Amino acid sequence: MSEILVNIDGKEVKAKEGMTVLEAARSAGIPIPTLCYHEKLEPYGGCRLCIVEIESRGSTRLVVSCVYPVEKNLTVRTRSEKVDRVRKMILELEMAHAPDAFVFEDLAKEYGADKNRFEKEPSFCIHCGLCVRYCAEVKKKNAVGFVDRGIRKEISFIPEIAAKECWSCKECFPLCPTEALQAAYVLVGALAFPEASPKRTSA
Amino acid sequence: MDRERVDQIVDKHHAEPSYLIQVLLDIQAENSWLPKEALERVAERLRVPMTRIQHIATFYKAFSLVPKGRHQVHICMGTACHVRGAPRVLDTVQEFTGIKPGETDLDLKFSLETVNCLGCCALGPVMEIDGKTHGKMTPAQTADVLKNYE
Amino acid sequence: MSRIQSPAELEELRKDIISKRDPNKPCITLCSGSACHASGSREVAAKLEEEIEKQGLSAEVDIRKTGCHGFCERGPIIVIRPEEICYFQIKPEDVPEIVTETIKGKKVIDRLLYTDPATNEKIIHETEIPFYKNQGRIVFGSNVNVDPKSIDDYLAIGGYAALAKVLSGMTPDQVLQEVKKANLRGRGGGGFPAGAKWEGSRNAPGDIKYVIVNADEGDPGAYMDRSLLEGNPHAVLEGLTIGAYAVGAHEGYIYVRQEYPLAVENVNIAIKTAEELGLLGKNILGSGFDFVVKVHKGAGAFVCGESTALMTALEGRAGEPRPKYIRSNVVGLWGRPSVLNNVETWANVPLIINNGADWFTQYGTETSKGTKIFSLVGKITNTGLVEVPMGTPLRDIIFKIGGGIPGGKKFKAVQTGGPSGGCLPEHLLDLPVGFDELTKAGSMMGSGGMIVMDEDTCMVDVARYFLEFLTDESCGKCVPCREGMRQMLKVLTNITKGKGKEGDIELLEQLSETAIEAALCALGKSSPNPFLSTLQYFRDEYEAHVKEKRCPALSCKELISFYIDPEKCNACTTCARKCPSDAIIGGKNLVHMVDQEKCTKCGTCFEVCPPKFRAVKKLSGEPVPPRISEEARTITRKSKEK
Repeated sequence: MSEILVNIDGKEVKAKEGMTVLEAARSAGIPIPTLCYHEKLEPYGGCRLCIVEIESRGSTRLVVSCVYPVEKNLTVRTRSEKVDRVRKMILELEMAHAPDAFVFEDLAKEYGADKNRFEKEPSFCIHCGLCVRYCAEVKKKNAVGFVDRGIRKEISFIPEIAAKECWSCKECFPLCPTEALQAAYVLVGALAFPEASPKRTSA
Repeated sequence: MDRERVDQIVDKHHAEPSYLIQVLLDIQAENSWLPKEALERVAERLRVPMTRIQHIATFYKAFSLVPKGRHQVHICMGTACHVRGAPRVLDTVQEFTGIKPGETDLDLKFSLETVNCLGCCALGPVMEIDGKTHGKMTPAQTADVLKNYE
Repeated sequence: MSRIQSPAELEELRKDIISKRDPNKPCITLCSGSACHASGSREVAAKLEEEIEKQGLSAEVDIRKTGCHGFCERGPIIVIRPEEICYFQIKPEDVPEIVTETIKGKKVIDRLLYTDPATNEKIIHETEIPFYKNQGRIVFGSNVNVDPKSIDDYLAIGGYAALAKVLSGMTPDQVLQEVKKANLRGRGGGGFPAGAKWEGSRNAPGDIKYVIVNADEGDPGAYMDRSLLEGNPHAVLEGLTIGAYAVGAHEGYIYVRQEYPLAVENVNIAIKTAEELGLLGKNILGSGFDFVVKVHKGAGAFVCGESTALMTALEGRAGEPRPKYIRSNVVGLWGRPSVLNNVETWANVPLIINNGADWFTQYGTETSKGTKIFSLVGKITNTGLVEVPMGTPLRDIIFKIGGGIPGGKKFKAVQTGGPSGGCLPEHLLDLPVGFDELTKAGSMMGSGGMIVMDEDTCMVDVARYFLEFLTDESCGKCVPCREGMRQMLKVLTNITKGKGKEGDIELLEQLSETAIEAALCALGKSSPNPFLSTLQYFRDEYEAHVKEKRCPALSCKELISFYIDPEKCNACTTCARKCPSDAIIGGKNLVHMVDQEKCTKCGTCFEVCPPKFRAVKKLSGEPVPPRISEEARTITRKSKEK
């Protein structure tokens, strides 16, 4: 695969054809924040936190670095006024769901995001899709998926599959940035297959 | 819906996974809702994960995972009807039937849905019941129309 | 019917069909589009067939059930040819008279004719009626002459001549160049040059390519595509086949929303008959070009009108859009080059091939060529489908063709572009209709929905309405759209309920920026448009809602009160009887009063109070006057004997 030179934050980065801007930045040790990205999974492009400013073919615009492919003569700025404004808003919007999630602590400080900007939402899930995608792409069990759309979108376990697979797996639990996943599993377990999950005191 | 009928529908679409939505539409049209057993059979025959079916059955508004009432009441909430006062019509229908959009009453008599444009904008506000269009509805008229349904 | 093996055979068949048709034979054309069905045209059709037979005229009179005529406000519509006598709002009871008086007796029935509101004169002929006369129906005009279920009708008006021309003497590249020269821009909303899109696919690597018809038409209030697909499916098929030839595709898909059962039915019939005749399928017209078309139904998701989401739905998945960094005409359906265009775009193609790009470019403006079909709906006298050359001023469409605002109300705004578009106020009425002109003004062409609003429409509520629509229809994948709109809807709803506060508008503007810059697809990126355009042109309404808790249009339920003026009330008791919530305190000869606790603000009393009294008022931003005393309620009437 041919080599492509891109300029990230003033630094010349050697990237390979087919790489995304995020991958190129990471290979050069340049940090870009992410929420829904995971090396083992196909890039999702859902949280939009990894948004960066690019200059290409004469125009400047914002693109999502985890899915944008590197190209010749690309100039990337991982921070700018606009980028920071957008990232701050994304963090605040997500913190309306999970204000105390561990992932947000440092990021919120860095971008000056206020976890109380928006009224709290009843669902903790931030819809990063890590659990759904991990179960589908890595474990290939499809025990948990998305339901509905728009502001009603949530995750949901398939009780029959979860009863068989999840108790001995639970590999998605540490991936979850909030406690929503565990809560969803425990709930569906209690309602749908109380006999199957052993009664333990710790999750 | 019995397994044989589900199989027939799946076979009509050559058991092709990309025809999943068409299969579900056929089941929905015949059965007026998607029972869990039917979905499990579809998952088996088309070899697609249940999560994909679950997502599709909830993502698209054409599908219902619960039984519907005897009469489907659709209130058009398209922009033209909205501008002509559809929200008020919806209010009085909700009051009369006692249910909100997406719900079915306890007697399984009425199922209420809002729809985004039936394309009969000249007749707006429009209330469609079991496919029959009632045009130029006013809040005062809704009770009279609904009373005729058993 | 046997398969046509060559373009020459097609022309022979066409000549044969035309020779068997007598242009002077009476033909009753009945509009049978979905909108007229809703107005009762099916019953009229049944009665017509019954009556023609009863009067022994089956051999002498043709009945043609055509697609949508466009004048939907006045349906059901009958046009009697060859005289072109046009009757409106036909009921089954009118049919015997029409057959006896007009068909047999050659007399015109005055009461069924159109009355010109300006002159009060009756107009007999279809082409003289201002609604039709002021349009330029190069695409839609064929609907009135074609029974969509009959391929013969389409052949009789010259159908498939363009395809024959293409397959008998043009290279794919020549077709491409013609479409590029015509500067045909997408009619679905994006306005992207079709020729460039086709070229991108043609040049993309890969042997398997697709062409797709986007018939998802999700914009509420827009039904042009439905009428085209229902009324003249062959025109769309012909255009699609020509496009497939130009691009090098052998498989096509028509994605129709399932809410259009008649369109699904008619397009399936069209595909079947076209295949039988060899106009579709293997070796079309003996040219060696193969092309098959499949129909896929949508399942109720507005987002599937977005091209990448539509392709995802075609693959049998939930319609979540994909990032457009790699264009779908290169990597599209199943990762292959796919040309997706709107129904109306495809329907323009045969015209361009038949008449040439130069003919096409005589219509329209510098950057927007050809015509556009609009659905003119809302607070408008002549609701219906309107086709005009690009560049026609909005004013002409709304007033000359649309007949202006009914009920003597004042025009306030026209909303174009559906949920991705914006509202344009009165001072922009002279704006010529065109892709770039509308975008510059803060709206967009969109698919062609044109919703007229009057003085009773609250613009803040319009923004809230569209946001409510979009939060429901959003796929929910990306944060700026899902969460951004969630919060925008909350704020706007609060504003319409009188709970707006300082800083709300600024917050909405910031959320708008996030959506525009960072959303995944066009739905998200354009979701702030209704808010931004209404804020730009109607900022005073926002400020009244937030600062004064007042709705200037007297529309937002929580901000208005209904009040009966004691000076004007005549105790006719109409409002008390009609009130669905028993909220009017009435009584014989007593001034009626609204019980504010029970009132649900349905507006019935306001509608039914006789115009000569006009006693019911809507108040906003001011307290309801205190109830008058019982004695003051008594109305003393002048005795008639004195």
